[in-house]
Amino acid sequence: MSLTSEMTALAPDVIEETSFLRDALRAFRKNRMAMVGLFFVVTLILAAVFAPWISPHDPYRVALDEQLLPASSTYWLGTDNFGRDILTRILYGARVSLVVGTVPSLIALMIGTVMGILSGYLGGRTDFVVMRLADMMISFPSLLLAMVVMYTLGANLLNIFIALALVGWASVARVVRSQTLALKGKEFIEAARANGASRATIMFRHIFPNVVPTLIVLFSLSIPDAIMWESSLSFLGVGVQPPGSSWGLLVAKGKEYLFQAPLVAIAPGVAILLTVLAFNFIGDGLRDALDPSMKD
Amino acid sequence: MATGDTVLRVRELRTEFRGDRGHVRVLDNVSFDVGRGRIVGLVGESGSGKSMTALSLMGLTPKPQSHVSARSIELDGVELTALGADGLRRIRGRDIAMVFQEPMTSLNPVRKVGDQVGEPLAVHKGLTRRQIRARVLEMFELVGIPEPKARLDAYPHELSGGLRQRAMIAMGLICEPKLLIADEPTTALDVTTQAQILRLMRELRDRVGTSIIMITHDLGIIAEMCDEVNVMYAGQIVEQADVFDLFERPSHPYTRGLLASIPKSTEKRIGRRMPSIPGRVPDLARLPVGCRFSPRCGDVISVCRQEEPALAGLAEGHFARCWVHAPQAATAGGRDAS
Repeated sequence: MSLTSEMTALAPDVIEETSFLRDALRAFRKNRMAMVGLFFVVTLILAAVFAPWISPHDPYRVALDEQLLPASSTYWLGTDNFGRDILTRILYGARVSLVVGTVPSLIALMIGTVMGILSGYLGGRTDFVVMRLADMMISFPSLLLAMVVMYTLGANLLNIFIALALVGWASVARVVRSQTLALKGKEFIEAARANGASRATIMFRHIFPNVVPTLIVLFSLSIPDAIMWESSLSFLGVGVQPPGSSWGLLVAKGKEYLFQAPLVAIAPGVAILLTVLAFNFIGDGLRDALDPSMKD
Repeated sequence: MATGDTVLRVRELRTEFRGDRGHVRVLDNVSFDVGRGRIVGLVGESGSGKSMTALSLMGLTPKPQSHVSARSIELDGVELTALGADGLRRIRGRDIAMVFQEPMTSLNPVRKVGDQVGEPLAVHKGLTRRQIRARVLEMFELVGIPEPKARLDAYPHELSGGLRQRAMIAMGLICEPKLLIADEPTTALDVTTQAQILRLMRELRDRVGTSIIMITHDLGIIAEMCDEVNVMYAGQIVEQADVFDLFERPSHPYTRGLLASIPKSTEKRIGRRMPSIPGRVPDLARLPVGCRFSPRCGDVISVCRQEEPALAGLAEGHFARCWVHAPQAATAGGRDAS
C-alpha cells in the first residue's frame, strides 16, 4: 500500500498552525516584570523618537544666567553648566544611547553566532582559525582597540558601531561555540544526520534554535555594556562629540558639578540604571518564554 | 539465501577506529542479507558491534577517527560503497531510515514534533509546508498517535516516551524507506509500551513493506519479531540463522549461552543463581589469538586458541563461526588440518 497517495485531499483549514513565536509571545505577556520592562523601553523609545516635539526646551540653547539651577517647575530636573535643560538633554541623549546600546550588540551577536556555530560544528581548521581570531580580539585591551578604530576612522556614530561590534563578537562566538559543541553530541543531531539533513540544515535549523535563549540573555546583558562603552569613548573624547549628547557623556560632564548640582550627573545616571534594568527584565522574560520546557 | 528479492546485501564490512592505542577493528568481516519485507535481527552484548554495523551502513560513524570499508554494500541494486558523502546523505532518511534507542533525546527539544517528523520530506522531496503537514498528520494517524492534529504543534517534552517513539517511527517511515534500522527501539520504554511499539512495527512492515533491521540485546524481542537472526560477538557475526533454527538448534556456544541465560518461569530454581556466560567481552584492541570467544567458551579445544574459525554452513541458511560445532574444514578451505 502506498502512503504518498491522496495527501493533498486534506482540507487546509483542518491543519491550523500555531507558530513558535506566537506561543512565546503568550508566555511573555504573562510575565509581569517583563511587561513593565517592555512598557518602560517602549515609552523611552517613543520619547526618544518624538523628543523634538515633547521636550520642554531647546537642548542646545545656552543660557549662562541660568547655570546649574535646581529642579523647578520650569526645569523639571534643573539645568547644567551652560543653563541647558537636563530633562531635554536626557531625552535627546536617549536617541544616541538606545541606538548605540542595541545596534552594535545586534551586529556582534550576529557575527558571533555564525562564527560560533561554524567553529563548533565544523571543527578542524575552521575552528582553529575562528578561535585564534577570537583569542586575539579578547587578549587585546578592548578599550584600546575601540579607541584605535575611532581614531583611525574618525569619531562618528557608524564608527562607534564598528568599534563595538569588533570588540563584542569574540565573546559571543566563544559562548555559542561551547554550546554548539555540547549540542553536537546529542542524539537528536545524530537523528537529523540519519534523516539526511545537510550540515547547513543541522547548524541553522537544529543547533541555532537551541542557542537562541542564550543569545537573548547575552543581548540583554550587552545593551548596558554597550551603553557603558559608548560613554567611556565619549568621555575620552573619541565618541559622541559635544554639543551632541548621550547619557554617558552627560554623566561624564556632570560629575564635575556633583557637589553644586548633583542632578546634572545623577539624572542621566538614573536613566541608564532604569534602562539597563528594563532590558534585563525583558531579557529574562524572553528567555523564559522561548524555552519550551518552561511552557505551561 | 534468496538473492532475487534482497533489499540489502552486505559483504565483508570492516570498520576501524584510529586512536591513541593504534587501530582498533570494531567490525570484522560482517556479511549478511536482508530480504524484502523481512525483519532481520542483530543481537549481542554491549560492544559487540550491533549499533556500529548500523552506523557504518549509513555512513554515520564519527568522521575523522573511523574508517569504513566493505567489498560491497548493495541497497536494492545501488552500490553504497561507490557513493560519496553527499550521495550517502541523499540515501539517508529516504532509502534507509533509523529509529534510535532514546526517544527522549532523539527529538530536538526546541522544535515542534510535527516539523521534525516532516524533516526527511523537507530534505528529500521538496514538498510545500502544507503538503508536509498533511503527510505528517497522515503518518501520526498511521502510527496511532491520539489527537494527531494537536500533536503536530506539540514540543517533545509534551509527549510520553511511547508517543515519542511512535513519532520517531513515523519520522523513519515518512519517506517509505526500503530499509528501517531500529536500534534498540524499545529499551527505554516500559514493558506494556514495548509490546505496543513492537506490534506497531510489525504491522507497519506488513502495510508499508519496509524491511527492518532490529538491533537488540533481548532474545525475547528477536523471537517475537524477527525472521532471521545474526548473533554478534566482538565485532563479528558468530551465528546466522532462521529464527526457528536459531532457537531450536543453536550451534555457537555463545548463542547457547545467551539462550541459557534467559530466565524461564517453568523451572523451579528458587535459590539458585541464574546461569550466565563467564567472563567479559574482550577488549577489541587486544583480542585473543584464535577464536574470539575461546577464553569464555566451555567447549574449547586446542585449535580454538590458535586459528580463527570461519563462518561455516551447517544447514540451508544456517552458519556458525566455530571449530567444534560447525564443519570448518569444508568452508575454511583446508587451512587447518588438525
